[in-house]
Amino acid sequence: MITLSAYVVVAMVLFGIGVIGVLVSRNVIILFMSVELMLNAANLTLIAFSRALNVLDGHVFVFLVLTIAAAEAAVGLAMVITLFRNRETVNIDRYNILKW
Amino acid sequence: MNLDTIIFLVSAVVAVFGGTMMIAQRNPVLSVLYLILSLVAQAVLYVQLGALFLGAVLIIVYSGAILVLFLFVIMLLNLRGSEDFGHGSKPISGVTKFVLALLFVFELIAIVRTSLLQADSPIGMMTAVPVDFGSVKAVATLLFTKYLYPFELAGVLLLAAIVGAVVMTKGPEDEGAGATDELYGIADKEAEGEK
Repeated sequence: MITLSAYVVVAMVLFGIGVIGVLVSRNVIILFMSVELMLNAANLTLIAFSRALNVLDGHVFVFLVLTIAAAEAAVGLAMVITLFRNRETVNIDRYNILKW
Repeated sequence: MNLDTIIFLVSAVVAVFGGTMMIAQRNPVLSVLYLILSLVAQAVLYVQLGALFLGAVLIIVYSGAILVLFLFVIMLLNLRGSEDFGHGSKPISGVTKFVLALLFVFELIAIVRTSLLQADSPIGMMTAVPVDFGSVKAVATLLFTKYLYPFELAGVLLLAAIVGAVVMTKGPEDEGAGATDELYGIADKEAEGEK
């Protein structure tokens, strides 16, 4: 049987990859996907603890997090499209002023 | 080493590999595909943890809907990974960021290793899966009784997100009006009237 900490370590590594992606990536779309990966790492932790403690509440939380992730992706990508219309680029370093 | 452990190891490695390749790609389309690979591996982990319903939801909703939305936007903007992103942003260099993030990961893992999650602690070892754990019925029962209020709020939030996304991407007012008029032939009639 696999221990709880094994699952938590996998989730930590995935979360860390997401953090690296957010910090290092200059493409705003890859940055968004890194955020999604971090959300999924948190979900994996919730499900692992839910299983270890034998309560289903964690599953409901994960369900709600998935809903938030969908909303975030829709709004975020709408923002990317609007920014791209103005700047003709997805390079995050070029989005350095709020008004032009 | 039993079958359970092998499945866990394989899907954990694939999940981490997919995530790493996702942030390493230049081409965003490949990036999306690697994220889907990582998510499918994570869905296997979910199923192994008894979350059958959420494993299915992860594949159907995440890989099937959200990442297709990402692909749609990438193709709409016609991004092919050929864009030049230059070298290093000014305030902190990429290497520094990478090292900081790596330190963060090791810190997290150290915390997990030294905290209560040792194998001999009561919750460290998982007991056998209870019957009906994580099934659609069990999750739905909880969702529509104890967590009914947050569930409804999530619905409202989704509606707000849809309206927000539509409003944001609509573009300038005059452009939209012109397109609608053309669509219904109003523009043509107005042009004739002017003559």
